[in-house]
Amino acid sequence: MEFNPLLERMPTSKLPTFSDREGVFGFDRPSYSEEALSKIHGGCGLMGICDESGTLMSGVEAIKAMAVQRDRGNGLGGGFAGYGIYPEFPEHFCFHMMYHDLKAKEDAEAIFDQYFVVDLAEPMPTRPTKGITDAPLLWRYFLNPDPHKLEISEMSPEDFIVHTVMLINSSVDGAFVASSGKNMGAFKGVGFPEEIGHYFRLDEYEGHTWVGHNRFPTNTPGWWGGAHPFTLLDWSIVHNGEISSYGINSRYLEAFGYKCSLGTDTEVAAYLFDLLLRRHKLPLELACKALASPLWSEIDRMPAEEQAVMRSLRAVYGPGMLNGPFAIVLGFNGGMLALNDRIKLRPLVAARQGTRVMVASEESAMREVLDAPDRVWAPKAGEPVIARVKGMEWPIHGDLHLSASEISCAVTGVDSSCEIVEVS
Amino acid sequence: MPISLIQPEFKVKIDYDKCHKCGRCVQQCGWGVYSFNERPIPDDSKCRACHRCVTYCPAHCINITKNDLAYRTNDHWDPALRKAVWRQAETGGVMLTGMGNDKPYQNIFDHLVLDACQVTNPSIDPLREPMELRTYLGRKPDNVDVEPDGQGGYRLKGGDSISKNIKLNTPIIFSPMSYGSVSLNVHKSLAMAAERLGILMNTGEGGLHADLYPYQDNVIVQVASGRFGVNPEYLNRGAAIEIKVGQGAKPGIGGHLPGEKINKEVSETRMIPQGSDAISPAPHHDIYSIEDLRQLIYSLKEASGYKTVGVKIAAVHNVAAIASGIVRAGADYVYLDGFRGGTGAAPQIIRDNVGIPIEIAIAVVDQRLRDEGIRNQASIIAAGSIRSSADLAKAIALGADAVGIGSTALMAMGCHLCQGCHTGSCSWGLTTQKPELTRRVDPEWGAERLTNLVNAWSHELQEILGALGVNAVESLRGSRERLRAIGLDQQTCEILGVKPAGM
Ligand code: SF4
Ligand code: SF4
Ligand code: SF4
Repeated sequence: MEFNPLLERMPTSKLPTFSDREGVFGFDRPSYSEEALSKIHGGCGLMGICDESGTLMSGVEAIKAMAVQRDRGNGLGGGFAGYGIYPEFPEHFCFHMMYHDLKAKEDAEAIFDQYFVVDLAEPMPTRPTKGITDAPLLWRYFLNPDPHKLEISEMSPEDFIVHTVMLINSSVDGAFVASSGKNMGAFKGVGFPEEIGHYFRLDEYEGHTWVGHNRFPTNTPGWWGGAHPFTLLDWSIVHNGEISSYGINSRYLEAFGYKCSLGTDTEVAAYLFDLLLRRHKLPLELACKALASPLWSEIDRMPAEEQAVMRSLRAVYGPGMLNGPFAIVLGFNGGMLALNDRIKLRPLVAARQGTRVMVASEESAMREVLDAPDRVWAPKAGEPVIARVKGMEWPIHGDLHLSASEISCAVTGVDSSCEIVEVS
Repeated sequence: MPISLIQPEFKVKIDYDKCHKCGRCVQQCGWGVYSFNERPIPDDSKCRACHRCVTYCPAHCINITKNDLAYRTNDHWDPALRKAVWRQAETGGVMLTGMGNDKPYQNIFDHLVLDACQVTNPSIDPLREPMELRTYLGRKPDNVDVEPDGQGGYRLKGGDSISKNIKLNTPIIFSPMSYGSVSLNVHKSLAMAAERLGILMNTGEGGLHADLYPYQDNVIVQVASGRFGVNPEYLNRGAAIEIKVGQGAKPGIGGHLPGEKINKEVSETRMIPQGSDAISPAPHHDIYSIEDLRQLIYSLKEASGYKTVGVKIAAVHNVAAIASGIVRAGADYVYLDGFRGGTGAAPQIIRDNVGIPIEIAIAVVDQRLRDEGIRNQASIIAAGSIRSSADLAKAIALGADAVGIGSTALMAMGCHLCQGCHTGSCSWGLTTQKPELTRRVDPEWGAERLTNLVNAWSHELQEILGALGVNAVESLRGSRERLRAIGLDQQTCEILGVKPAGM
């Protein structure tokens, strides 16, 4: 009988496992659940840049912005995501894959071959770089769901992709999907961001939007998949912060079926955005107001109609409000969003030069990249900085109907989350 | 009269050298301990250690001590148990008592500790930064639906459902205590304080006296099994309506206010004849099942223009399933009363042996409602011995939206927990209708003390939030990650959803 995980949504425990293999690269992929044993503390640096005219910028700009913020990380994780980088394949989903070994690659490719039309599969272009060791096998695939398989699955293409990501991350031992969106890709690993950028040859890419991250984990082993950005479809999220309301945020999300398996604030923030934007269909501006709410004293002074909206947002999304220091940059095909906590406990600086909007943890990054900014400012607490590329589709989700637990599972690869029953 | 076998619990000692022989103690003691014959002469057997005489003696010459009469040691037969046997052999009756369960059950709050921020995330200084305690009680939609307002902004689609919620400036309300069991002055003090604090008082089951009408926006009106004082006007005056099903001190038990306490005013407010006993049946005779409760909730909503309707229950074994049913029946909040909760009068055997701790009840109800995806449909108010702002913070971290304080509020007005409320002779003028006693509570004074207490707790809660690095109470609510247990067994930890300290 043909085994068809995408159609039958088999419990992943029934899939074959490959735990008997020897590690080829001298390190093991720590499972996410191991990382998740306790909440991960740490500080970070981040950046985001978007050219609202859609003009492409070299990845060097993103590298430069992170390089001056080197001190904000400790070399245990760096990464970037670029948008508009694959103009030759704008309508293909691009999977950036990390493989522990060749067996993992074969297993994942078996899935691609069976369910997708792969138009290009190639190793990620990299170059030897000082400081980068123990890299996994890195491949990328430009593909689309097999039309026939897609039709009988009765899923939207986006659902199909997320389901595939979930399947690979949770059950193909030694394989990890670093990104899966259209005309975008994530480049991340263990090392300082400028090393990672050099290694991935980001100087050879051009994008209209870039986000970058420098990680300072205080208690996790470096693992390539664990670096920021976290991605799903064309979403990417980088985050600097320590969310003091993690406990209630994760319990709130659990009620909607999300399983916070990683124990990281980034994961919680990613799910909250998924819940508010995709499932509850809140406009981006209001989602930001729900996550970094204005103070009651400010709400009380608003005009009646706005006050009613804000009061409802706070009363309803209070358990999801991100409290404590954070700065987040969300990248997507069509722009980026940067958000600071409600009393600005973590740094976030913004600048605009012509059509370029830039954010970073430190102003130095802005000065490094923009030669003559029209304006440099510190966004107010909870006041989002939103850049939208002109003419690009909005909203940003595509056609996604999957449940929260499937989203959780896809992002984290922790298959326990797949067993959660969605509450109606 | 045959001699009683029960020896006095306390000794009233007067230093006659210092005594002014002024007789004030005679006048102050509600229980008639003192007679006067050239000097005050106490009858120890009547003393309840309420310290009223001690407080008001101008010479500070009264002391109340425990009667340390020795009983043959027997760990199995606590002297209190022996006395109970003697008392029941004397009277043949059910032993009544007041206030809450005083038995040495493990107190879970005292085994929970709170977190604080160090280095990786900063604590917040509540004296410099805003620290928000505002809380909305009531049903909240699953999500917020908006539409563009045509001017670049957004407006709510389908009306503002939060406008039906009740705003509390701080997550504390005054627990239900009926007019009848407490005096009108107590009710006035509570109502005035609730108004000043921007919180709520609760009428209890005895109706709303006309003197409280000016404070009606800060009053929850209760509908209990006796239906005392319930009419459409009453329902429409309250800010919210509460159906009382049970009480932590006496789950499954009705109420009995003796005819002596039903004076003219009480009779008018309760809408029953003067001097008649006010009996609250154990169950509501129109609620024999959950669907009946649903009907009552909706008839009350119908009668009141869709006000917030809550349901108060005692915390019992199956509280999670019951609360879930209550929420599904349409209640906007569930009021959980733990087994330490106070009472004006309850059979001691019930008070001391029935029900479960409020900490457990909050934890299991909050979790159950979350598991069922209906936590947003109702608020949880937790009561039953919230003794300090620490208990308040821990209750909120376990999942309560707000807490109710009853005994604690009485204490703010002088109550010394003497457990004599059922006698109707409270020396502090609280749980009595005797005019010479009730006038001891000046509503202005009572309101000020209550306001002080709630303000003090609110400030302390702000300090706690600041240490936790959050600046709004909703970020602590249900955040059990910020609690750790010390000395609780593993199973209790699991039920509470709290890790042991060190994890
Ligand atoms: S009952 Fe109270 S007032 Fe009366 S003697 Fe005892 S302590 Fe004093
Ligand atoms: S109140 Fe004090 S001073 Fe006055 S009679 Fe009583 S014991 Fe003596
Ligand atoms: S209210 Fe009065 S009678 Fe009741 S315990 Fe307090 S002081 Fe004693």
